[in-house]
Formats: sequence, C-alpha cells, structure tokens
Amino acid sequence: MDHAAGMPINPRVFEAMKPYFTQNYGNPSSSHSFAASAKNALMESRKKVAQLIGAEKPEEVIFTSGGTESNNLALKGAAYRNKKKGNHIITTTIEHISTINICKHLQKQGFEVTYMPVDKQGMVYPQKLEDAITDKTILISVMYANGEIGTIQPIKKIGKIAHENQIHFHVDAVAAAGKIPINVVEENIDLLSISSNDIYGPKGMGALYIKKGTRIQPVSQGGGQEKGLRSGTENIPGIVGIGKAAEIAQEEIIAEGKRLSQLRDKLVKNVLNTIERSHLNGHPTKRLPNNANLRFSYIEGEALILGLDMLGIQVSSGSACTSKTLEPSHVLLAIGLAHEDAHGSLVFTMGKQNSEEDVDYVLEVLPSVVKRLRAMSPLTPKEIR
Amino acid sequence: MNPRNVGEIPDADGVGTVGNPVCGDLMSVYIKVKDNKLAEVKFKTFGCGAAIATSSMITELATGKTIEEALKITRGHVADSLDGLPPIKMHCSNLAADALHAAIKDFQKKKEAKK
Repeated sequence: MDHAAGMPINPRVFEAMKPYFTQNYGNPSSSHSFAASAKNALMESRKKVAQLIGAEKPEEVIFTSGGTESNNLALKGAAYRNKKKGNHIITTTIEHISTINICKHLQKQGFEVTYMPVDKQGMVYPQKLEDAITDKTILISVMYANGEIGTIQPIKKIGKIAHENQIHFHVDAVAAAGKIPINVVEENIDLLSISSNDIYGPKGMGALYIKKGTRIQPVSQGGGQEKGLRSGTENIPGIVGIGKAAEIAQEEIIAEGKRLSQLRDKLVKNVLNTIERSHLNGHPTKRLPNNANLRFSYIEGEALILGLDMLGIQVSSGSACTSKTLEPSHVLLAIGLAHEDAHGSLVFTMGKQNSEEDVDYVLEVLPSVVKRLRAMSPLTPKEIR
Repeated sequence: MNPRNVGEIPDADGVGTVGNPVCGDLMSVYIKVKDNKLAEVKFKTFGCGAAIATSSMITELATGKTIEEALKITRGHVADSLDGLPPIKMHCSNLAADALHAAIKDFQKKKEAKK
C-alpha cells in the first residue's frame, strides 16, 4: 500500500512500448520514411496526455524525464524568462521536495520566494496568497494535491487570482494526475507537471503542459527538440508509454477513483474507530481517493513500517528515520504537527494492486502492531496500555 | 522483531532516560542491582526499529554483569553485537549504552544518598 513510492507498469503500457525498442526505432527528426512511425507516435502521445489534463492543443505538451524535471523546467524556465518583469515567486510550505529545492536554488540566484503557510488540513488560504502578491510577482506555484497527506487545493480559485494579476501559474500535478479529473483550461493553469510512473507508466518519463503563449526558457541547450525547451533525441518508447498510460488513466479515472475512495474510507473509518488516539492527517473530504495518512500517538513510524512489513504490508511514513535528513516530513510539520506526532504517521497510498481484502487484512493486524509498540513506549499513558 | 526484556521495573534501583521524542528516539533503561551485579535490566523505547533493537541488545549484554563491567559497554559494543548498524542510525538510534550508563549513575547517586 505504498503506490506513491513506486507502481508497476501497466502490462498494456509495456505491450504498447515494445515495438518502439526493436522495430520502430526511427528518430523523429529524420526526414526519411523510417522516421514516420516515431513522429506519429510522438504526436499520438501528446494528444493522449493533452486529453488527460484537458489541454486544447497537443502541442502544448512536451515530454521530460519525470516530475522533477518538469518542475525544474517550469519554475526555472518561467523565472529566468520573466526576470525583467520581477523576481518574486509564491509557492507553499507543503510542495514536493523538488519544488522546495528549486525555489531555494532560485533564491540564491536573486529571486525572492514566499512560502505560503497552510491550515491544519493542509489547505492553502487563497486570500492570504492574494495578499502576498506584489508588483514584482512573476510566478505562483501550487501543487494540485499533496502526495503525502492527500489534500486537494482550490486550484481554480488560485489560478483565477494569478490570472487577474497577470502572473504565470504553475501546478505540480504529479500526485493528482490520473487520479482525479484535471482541466487546465477551466482551472486557469499555465504550466502543469506530471509524472509517468504515477499513472502506471514507465519510470523516467514525465510531461510538462505549457499553455500557448506562456513564455519560458530552456534549462538545457541542445538540438532544439520539443520546441527548443527540452533538447535531446526523444525517448520514443518512453513517450509511447506515458501516452498509453494517460489513455488508460483517462478511461478508468472515474470508476477507479470511486473504488479507491471506498477502500480509503473503509480503512480510515475503521482505524479511527478501533485504535485509540489515532488521527487522520490532511483534509477529511478534499483528498486524493487513494491516500490515507494516519497518525498514532506515542509510537514511531519506522518501527510501525517494520512491524507491518513483517506481516506483508508495505507502507510509508512521515518519520525522520525514513528520510535522508533525519528530519520528519516537512509537510507534517507545515500542518502544525509536533515533531513526535509527525514521527508517528503512516501513509497508505492504494492503487490497482489493492483490493478490499487488503484493507480488511490491514484492519485485522494493525491494531496489534500499534498495541505492541505502545506497550514498549515510555510515552504511552497508563490508561491505554 | 522480537525485542527481549521490554517493560518497566516498578521498584528499580536505577532508571536512566536519554534521547528526545522530538528527534524520534527516547529510551528508558531500568536496572535491579544485587551484590554489585545487574540482576535485571529492562527497557522502554519510543523510536525506530534500530532504537528498539539497540535497547533490547543492551539489556542482554548488561544482565549478569558487575557495575564496573557494565560501565565498560559502549555504543560500539551494542552496534557490533547487532552485526552493525546503518551509518545514519549510529548517532540517533544508538542511545542504549548511554541509557544504561545513566541508569547506573542514578543507582550510584541513590546509594550515596542513603549513606
């Protein structure tokens, strides 16, 4: 139940990719007939990704190596290109670590970045964000939904604010794309990052939507592929893969979203009912259908992960021990959790591989794992031992 | 994961608590001393798998040892007895020897006070 960390590629995606490794290996930049199938595949994939996010034109989609690169290209590309207009960027405290680190890098380059706080459920305050705008603001970047606590942001509203102030609006939709319907036109989005692996496509692939008329500059120079924004010979098998994954995601988005939200709600409701002093992190209703982030007082997340792993359940945690920095999750701290509470959080991200039986199994064994660790913990109060 | 000697000793002769829940690791070691030897050693830990493992190991290493021998047990001994710890865990989770030493100091202080 750790789909956010890695998903298997959909077999239908893999099948679609195969011929482009061995048979249709043409380079779309060539002029001869052998390039035609590659060119065609490139165009088809653009169309499919554009459809998934409601883009009007396939040309508005360019392919990258993943969510991180898409975020780099969007943020650095828009910041450098619009430097003459101003040097102020607005983002939030709960963005993906790639966005946070890109913003820190831009601060070193002379940009000013405002990191907007969020409420206890992880929601951005649109009014406060509007108040943070100055005449130097050139870019607003807010994630569509948070992969860790699941909270879905009021994107349309924030986009409207950005556009009323003639500011570019970037959205990191890595956690949301393919899970909930997105419409870049209706939601006033200029730049949108997606990742292939988060929609059952191959790893090492992503896309960036760039609304027609949005000016950004490349971050790497080369032969001018992808409208000069992402030079280098196109990874055609990968591009076919993300296209196919986007097509399947769009077919299944409503039904799978409904199925996963039912599993999620069953898991959350029963955990909160059966385990004392357990809490849901993130928003109770405005959250990704596949995400349940649960917190258990007095115990530590990594120990919980190990306990569950031995019983065949793989989950993730906001604990410091699972990070490279020894700091608990910046997202959990941003929603106001104390360090010791952030340490005791578990993230369940469900997907196609999960069924109701999996949820039932978690509900069967989780209480005893929690109980056992609480019995070991010096923080556990006597009344719940 | 089957840690040994989990729990408190209600009438412990010494208790040592180290760490901080803010960092994600808090350990308490309880000792019972008889004829200058550690007759019983128990622990309670809030922390990751490595923190629990080092706590359990220190109780195993220290039980039956004299006070002087127990004071010679180091963080390194605990890690070695567990066949090593990942480098990142050496600092944060390897607090068990410190907790044992704190428990012994607590015992010695109490003994002094009685005199």
